[in-house]
Amino acid sequence: MAALLEVRGVTKRFGGFQALSDVSLEVREGERFGLIGPNGSGKTTLINCISGALGTDGGTLVFRGKDITRLPAHQRTRLGICRSFQIPRPFTSMTVLENLCIPLEYAAHGQVPRSAVASEAMEILRLMGLDAKAQARPADLTGIDMRKLELARAMAAKPRLLISDEAMAGLSPAEVDAILPILFALNERGITIIMIEHIMRAVMRFSQRIAVLDAGEKIAEGTPEEVVSNKRVEKAYLGE
Amino acid sequence: MKKTVPLWVVLGVVVAAFLFTRLGGNRYIYFAGYFVLQYIVLATAWNVLGGYTGYVNFGTAAFFATGAYTALVLILAFKATLPVQIVAGALTAGLLGLGIGYLTLRLRGVFFSIATLALSVVLQTVVSNWEYVGGGKGLSIIRPKAPALFASHAEYLFVVMVLLAAASVALAWWVQNSRVGRGLAAIRDNEEAAECMGVPTLRLKLFATTLSGCLMGVAGTPFPYYVTLVEPGSVFSLDYAVNSLAMPMIGGTTTWVGPVIGAVLLGTAQQVATVTISSELNLLIVGIVLVAFVMLAPQGIVGLVQRLFHRRSR
Repeated sequence: MAALLEVRGVTKRFGGFQALSDVSLEVREGERFGLIGPNGSGKTTLINCISGALGTDGGTLVFRGKDITRLPAHQRTRLGICRSFQIPRPFTSMTVLENLCIPLEYAAHGQVPRSAVASEAMEILRLMGLDAKAQARPADLTGIDMRKLELARAMAAKPRLLISDEAMAGLSPAEVDAILPILFALNERGITIIMIEHIMRAVMRFSQRIAVLDAGEKIAEGTPEEVVSNKRVEKAYLGE
Repeated sequence: MKKTVPLWVVLGVVVAAFLFTRLGGNRYIYFAGYFVLQYIVLATAWNVLGGYTGYVNFGTAAFFATGAYTALVLILAFKATLPVQIVAGALTAGLLGLGIGYLTLRLRGVFFSIATLALSVVLQTVVSNWEYVGGGKGLSIIRPKAPALFASHAEYLFVVMVLLAAASVALAWWVQNSRVGRGLAAIRDNEEAAECMGVPTLRLKLFATTLSGCLMGVAGTPFPYYVTLVEPGSVFSLDYAVNSLAMPMIGGTTTWVGPVIGAVLLGTAQQVATVTISSELNLLIVGIVLVAFVMLAPQGIVGLVQRLFHRRSR
């Protein structure tokens, strides 16, 4: 399998704080990739660097063989990188359906004919089990539906790489079991997925490979089994 | 077919306004009508940036004055006709909008607003010290003869303003219902999420500041002939900033119709108050109405109507 995304030696500083130091990893086409690490280890910062919300202070990002290090976020989305937010950020003045029309009209511009935008959005909502709420406002959604909307909107951008930033944080075990199959289904449709998660049960079940960040450095990478038996990982999570 | 409808509406409104001037009648009607129409343009322009995109501009007067002073310079230098002044005013104010957008759009929320307010103050200082356009004491100009078909300049300016107002509203309507308008709404709701969904936020915001500035400038271009005395104190008046913000807020900021409703209501109320009570009472009225709306109907009249309608349909 070829590499879809290559992160080469990415470094990010916030003033005197080193958030990421020389992080390298490779995500292959079609892969389910897990990214874990204790709080403050730099997971979301790395995602922000990959999606373009933050610039990097060093290193390169290569997506589908193209250097994207200097591209603004919206152009990366058009190339096929889309992320969902840890705390859902819906477009509050729009209905659930209209929320999906924005990425369909912008990120997927040219891929979806104008007349098909609404039906395409409805199709995605159905896939997510949100079709009954199409005309609702985001403010009227439950917590889990809000997470589904966040994923649905990212899907509408027609990504090749979907970055799911803690899509399941704060959900009950039953709700986690409702979101996981959705992510599996998306992966089966050929979408590469990077999952950032604190819920170990979910990441372990979902990921084919996992990278572990601690204090801005990658300390381990491998299959879920390899990662859990890694001494450094154990130390990062549990201390000496 | 649907796309040409606004064009016909604009044309129809202008022809109707022209026929109305043929009826003659009290000149004051045209003077007061012009005042209200000018605010339809300003409120609509403000709303493109403030309502659609969510960036509150306190510098309306700066753009309005750019239009007015561009017109004045053209009159002084070339005796340019009004259509030329309008095009030039639109271009200069649009350019100012683009430049200011580029410099300030990295600022969000209240910081952007402060920057636009500062722009107004800076420009006023510059103009007050520019002798060619009369400096701080202003300059009187004489209107040329009214063009053919018009009884006087008041009627002519009135019809021109009707055209400008109708065109601005049509433009705002178009923006609101276009892909661009939906992109602007996404920026207003959540800028970071919009960017992540492929919306080129910087480019769209620059479009909004340019269009908004351009229309505000357009509203100012006929001003020299309207008042015939151009002085910084009145051109840079706080009234413009306050009114063009209050009118969309009262009417409703998310649609094209809100600023029109707000401008007609507030503009008329101010004219009535000026004639019947006192000309100093204007801003007091605006203030009271604005506070009442912010507290009782934050979505404006349009939001109020929509809510009533929703309740009934349920």
